[in-house]
Amino acid sequence: MLDLICEDGTTFTENSLAQSPLAIRGLTVTYGQKPAVFSVDMTVQPGEMTAIIGPNGAGKSTMLKAALGVIPSVSGRVQVFGKPLPSQRARVAYVPQRASVDWDFPTRVIDVVLMGLYRQVGLLGRIRGQHRASALDCLTRVGMADFADRQIGQLSGGQQQRVFLARALAQNADLYLLDEPFAGVDAATEKAIITVLKSLRAEGKTVVVVHHDLATVAEYFDNVFLINTRKVAEGPVETTFNSVTLQAAYGGRLAATQVEQLNQITG
Amino acid sequence: MSGAEFVPLSLPPIAIGTCAAIACALPGNFLLLRRQALIGDAISHVVLPGIVVAFILTGVISTWPMMIGAAGAALIAVLLIEGIRRLGRIEPGAAMGVVFTTMFAGGVLLLEQTDTSSVHLDVEHALYGNLESLIWLDATGWASLLDPLALAGLPPELPRMALVLVLTGLFIAIFWRALKISTFDEGFAQSVGITTTPLGLALVVVAAVAAVAAFDAVGSIIVIAMFICPPAAARMMTNRLERQIAWSVGFAALSAILGYVLAGYGPLWLGLYDAVSAAGMIATVSGVILAVAARFGPCRTRAGAPAGV
Repeated sequence: MLDLICEDGTTFTENSLAQSPLAIRGLTVTYGQKPAVFSVDMTVQPGEMTAIIGPNGAGKSTMLKAALGVIPSVSGRVQVFGKPLPSQRARVAYVPQRASVDWDFPTRVIDVVLMGLYRQVGLLGRIRGQHRASALDCLTRVGMADFADRQIGQLSGGQQQRVFLARALAQNADLYLLDEPFAGVDAATEKAIITVLKSLRAEGKTVVVVHHDLATVAEYFDNVFLINTRKVAEGPVETTFNSVTLQAAYGGRLAATQVEQLNQITG
Repeated sequence: MSGAEFVPLSLPPIAIGTCAAIACALPGNFLLLRRQALIGDAISHVVLPGIVVAFILTGVISTWPMMIGAAGAALIAVLLIEGIRRLGRIEPGAAMGVVFTTMFAGGVLLLEQTDTSSVHLDVEHALYGNLESLIWLDATGWASLLDPLALAGLPPELPRMALVLVLTGLFIAIFWRALKISTFDEGFAQSVGITTTPLGLALVVVAAVAAVAAFDAVGSIIVIAMFICPPAAARMMTNRLERQIAWSVGFAALSAILGYVLAGYGPLWLGLYDAVSAAGMIATVSGVILAVAARFGPCRTRAGAPAGV
């Protein structure tokens, strides 16, 4: 059995990799000459909710995209449920940042959700009544069933985000990766999204979220992964989310008042 | 107008023009939504060096070597544009601008430096094509459409353009779902296993084939207009991609037919003797349709709500 020695000196056996829904080893991504993500290891715990946090430009989204092969990486190994990603794509649902697409695209809400059934329907398969019904179910779960026939550009930002989440639900995956789902959404949407994510966890699914709001980390998540180009810390919120790790990730960018507030939250 | 006059003189150019217009408009829909609409313009410029090189190598003006040269130049340009866009991390419009001006200038330089300038390889031919000359002398009337002997005498541009139209339609029908998903959300498309880079390249190659075939038959003005005007006008008629494609096909056909008829007969109605350029009139009609759609189309305002609401 092969042992891998990781950045922080710990070793992982192949067996522990096989149990993780998403295991990343030595992932490095560069933009031009500058590394955006440098030799990062991550082991996501099954059936739990993990937040990826770090300052702007720390490589949070980049790490997620590179792990999914959406952008190229210089080096690194990614295993999904113990196997290479291409064989496991059907078990992974990815929600990109809302701002990454053109919402003026000529399509309806229901059509976007039906895109989540691409692997099920196939390139040439027909969309049948059962597919529409399951897409509508997913819209109901995010509270958007009444908007099924709207053009996507007519939605508010929060509604757009919920449609993206419905598309991920339609994929019926085991691992959900969401890039900033709470960015710029209204309070009702935030509540709807976190309710859905918690229900996914209750079903035994694994959820990984790129998150920017430090104030809600302890309330929403089981684990945190702190990154600032390199991995800073990884572990349960109770032990890992504290002023020491935050200071290490954010450096001088976290004001003293913010640290004080966080001390109150994290105890 | 009798069939004896219409079928041999007007039907073939109208059919060829319609096929060319639709073959360009179909991929144009996706190029427009991908902010790559200029690629039609780029392709119709870069074919010039390809045609000149083909002429230098073969020494004759004949269709197939020139089409192969044009297709080769278009392919090189597409690869250069993609390469510059990805390596330079710049927007596609800038990459196209750099490539097509350089290659067009290279083509003009080649044209001037060799003795091709003495033969009939001129700007007018490249711009307007020769739509009016694509006549069917074997036809005697509507009955000729059922006569195998007469059909054999059809201008070769017609079956060629029809074949390209069928291939373009097949490509879009087969890859419809993958094209739609990857045009809307490339990151998501990759995460579900759609190979977006080869698919995007294939789309541009299909557009290039349509452009080169249309360029040979009807000139570059129609190519440039049909990649952009019918899809852009169609976008303002509907908020659904399926219907946008249907509208764009209708607008492309309408432009070709109405444009040809207006060019051929319009001046006569006005009491003038000469017909005007059919290619120019077809492009003009498509522009007028776009203007009308932009003013009166039901979906002409951007529906997008301000971000962060």
